[in-house]
Amino acid sequence: MYRITGKKVLATGVVEMTIEAPRVAKAHKPGQFLMVMNREDSERVPLTIADSNPETGEVTIVFLEVGRSTIELGEEFQVGEDLFAVLGPLGTPTHLDKVGTVVVIGGGLGVAPIYPICKGLRATGNRVVTIIGYRRKDLMFWDDKLRSASDELIVTTDDGSFGMKGFVSDALKKLHDEGRPMDRVVAIGPPVMMRAVAELTRPWEVPTTVSLNTIMIDGTGMCGGCRVGIGDETKFVCVDGPDFDGHKVHWDEMFARMKVYQKEEREAIASSPSCRLYFETLKR
Amino acid sequence: MSETIDIAALGGVKEGEKKRPRSKDRRLEIACQSVEDRLKNYDEVALGYSPAEAVAEAMRCLECPKPRCVVACPVHIDIPTFIGHVSRGHFVGAAEDIRKYNNLPAVCGRVCPQENLCEAACIINDTNPKNPIAIGRLERFSADWQFGHSERRADSVAKAPATGYKVAVIGSGPAGLSCSADLAKMGHTVHLFEALHKAGGVLMYGIPEFRLPKAIVQKEVEYVQALGVQLECNAVVGRTMPVQEVLDEFDALFVASGAGYPNMMGIPGENLNGVYSANEFLTRVNLMKAWKSDVGTPIRKPRRVVVVGAGFTAFDVVRISLRLGAEEARIVYRRSREEMPGRGEEIEHALEEGAIFTLLTNPVRYIGDDNGFVKAVEVQKMELGEPDSSGRRRPVPVRDSNYIIECDTVVVSIGQTPNVLIPSNLPGLATRWGSVIKVNRETYMSTVPKVFAGGDAITGAATVILATRAGREAARSIDGYVRDPNRGWYPPAV
Repeated sequence: MYRITGKKVLATGVVEMTIEAPRVAKAHKPGQFLMVMNREDSERVPLTIADSNPETGEVTIVFLEVGRSTIELGEEFQVGEDLFAVLGPLGTPTHLDKVGTVVVIGGGLGVAPIYPICKGLRATGNRVVTIIGYRRKDLMFWDDKLRSASDELIVTTDDGSFGMKGFVSDALKKLHDEGRPMDRVVAIGPPVMMRAVAELTRPWEVPTTVSLNTIMIDGTGMCGGCRVGIGDETKFVCVDGPDFDGHKVHWDEMFARMKVYQKEEREAIASSPSCRLYFETLKR
Repeated sequence: MSETIDIAALGGVKEGEKKRPRSKDRRLEIACQSVEDRLKNYDEVALGYSPAEAVAEAMRCLECPKPRCVVACPVHIDIPTFIGHVSRGHFVGAAEDIRKYNNLPAVCGRVCPQENLCEAACIINDTNPKNPIAIGRLERFSADWQFGHSERRADSVAKAPATGYKVAVIGSGPAGLSCSADLAKMGHTVHLFEALHKAGGVLMYGIPEFRLPKAIVQKEVEYVQALGVQLECNAVVGRTMPVQEVLDEFDALFVASGAGYPNMMGIPGENLNGVYSANEFLTRVNLMKAWKSDVGTPIRKPRRVVVVGAGFTAFDVVRISLRLGAEEARIVYRRSREEMPGRGEEIEHALEEGAIFTLLTNPVRYIGDDNGFVKAVEVQKMELGEPDSSGRRRPVPVRDSNYIIECDTVVVSIGQTPNVLIPSNLPGLATRWGSVIKVNRETYMSTVPKVFAGGDAITGAATVILATRAGREAARSIDGYVRDPNRGWYPPAV
């Protein structure tokens, strides 16, 4: 039913997968996510939709092999095989109104989900300046896609092996220092990166949207496991988000909540043969 | 597969004989797993009647000509008739008879609050106090017997010829299943959308295995599918497809999306790790089977648990915690034992299993450790004041009574409200409090033509039997509507 039609390793531990899910592909809007279950007894994993094709009925996800489920998805499943469940698209789509110049930032894995957002923001008439950042040159992916979806593209690497040396936040600061127009910032990537961007733009008073990826089960507003403080309210990432005002997110609370199952995840990885093999291969 | 039942050996009424009811006898207790055993597994606690026990209990029924139990039953099952079948050894006949009124007998026999409904009304209470006929247990027995001993083929069910009308049902919980089954029997084409990966709704994610085995739920789901209902899982109407698209494709839409949005108290510390909504805790354990060691979904093993609330859900949570190995599992409830809304049998079972009740007490804040995990709850003592709108005495805080209860897990179990997804994606749909769909209680019609709603989606969290009834009554109304050439619409007064 949910057949894998394409699979590509983009960089170490980063996998691009195309899945047949016609309803999801048709309904998808930028900023939305889906839930994947590898098998009947697997957990439900939320992954941002990186691309969709309503004509072929396919959706694309890009994920990092980081926990038991994502490692098993990347290591055990091949093209032609079926996933037990794919549910989506979930979450409130990203607002794409025309505001002028939007700086869209993707850090690491966050490069994938900003692709449809860049396309969408441009379609509504915005000028899109995109900053994408990787740790090293050999971890780069989709820079060509992002170049085609942006008016201007800046690439950073932590070690300077490609493009500008430094973090995406350094590139953002440079743009601001140069007095470049910046009506809105959208940042997707590791939580520390999103927080760094939000703290940077706060004194500039530039509206900043971040996309949170907290722990959730159903993804439809039922469990409340994904809840996080936004301003003086508690919000559910799955239905009220995943996009939020980066200046209002209670980052410390969110960081703590992301760690709730750390111990259980370590045990799950230790008990999975695929995970053990994966980490052994990484060491070599 | 049917086997012969020696009714004489079982002590029942033989063919052609007259029944001599033994209403003076005591109500027959149901065999249960020992406390010691059941705390080590997730298997069903109540084991069910044997045929001899079922017949003995059925022999107590007077089969009253004007039965009060039938009036008290929300779906008006013809109770004396089905019990009459049991006392004569016609077990499959008994189940078929119940099915005329209730599409989910194996479920309702287990989870219905009979002691407040049919059994409370039983006339035997008048002469033999606290010994009403065990109607629920007999319902369960009959349904289980049918699962095990008859083909119960859906194609043998009398189905009306195909009408060509198409109805979409949103949500495969008790209301949606019941409505779908009836609509299919009426000859309509039914498409049943379910957001989760398994059908059954609250019966799958909410009620634990030891109270309602999931295999039983799936048998009921399979039966509904065998009637011709097309089930589509992983489909959130309002996200996976626009509500309008469904409205355009079908002649009518029945919204049975339940009450799945967890209420929280909004007190400090509620977002600490280890503080769960009951929905999250239950979904992890029941639907995602986190109690098993070989599944992907984790749950943190609780050591000292505080469960806030005292409804059905709270008791399920406290009993799951004990099975997960909790050393201390405590119900904290702001009212007293008398006001507890939970089912009597569950309260008894929870007490037997070691649950602690801290009554007339309410949490005021949660206290976390340096890593953001809950380590204690500050509570406040309460006393009962004047009755409130629910008729129960209102709890009032006692001044300077705060104290600390240490814990590593808190489960907030103070109720659920309907999900806003459908109302927020359907312009013109009138609601109460933004999420409870308003319908005409006669027709189940909402303020949007073609859109019917029932179950918890129109009441807020209630019981399985009320949702089952709503599904059945709505099916009748939908049937009338789609056949009506004028498609007359009778919405609620707003």
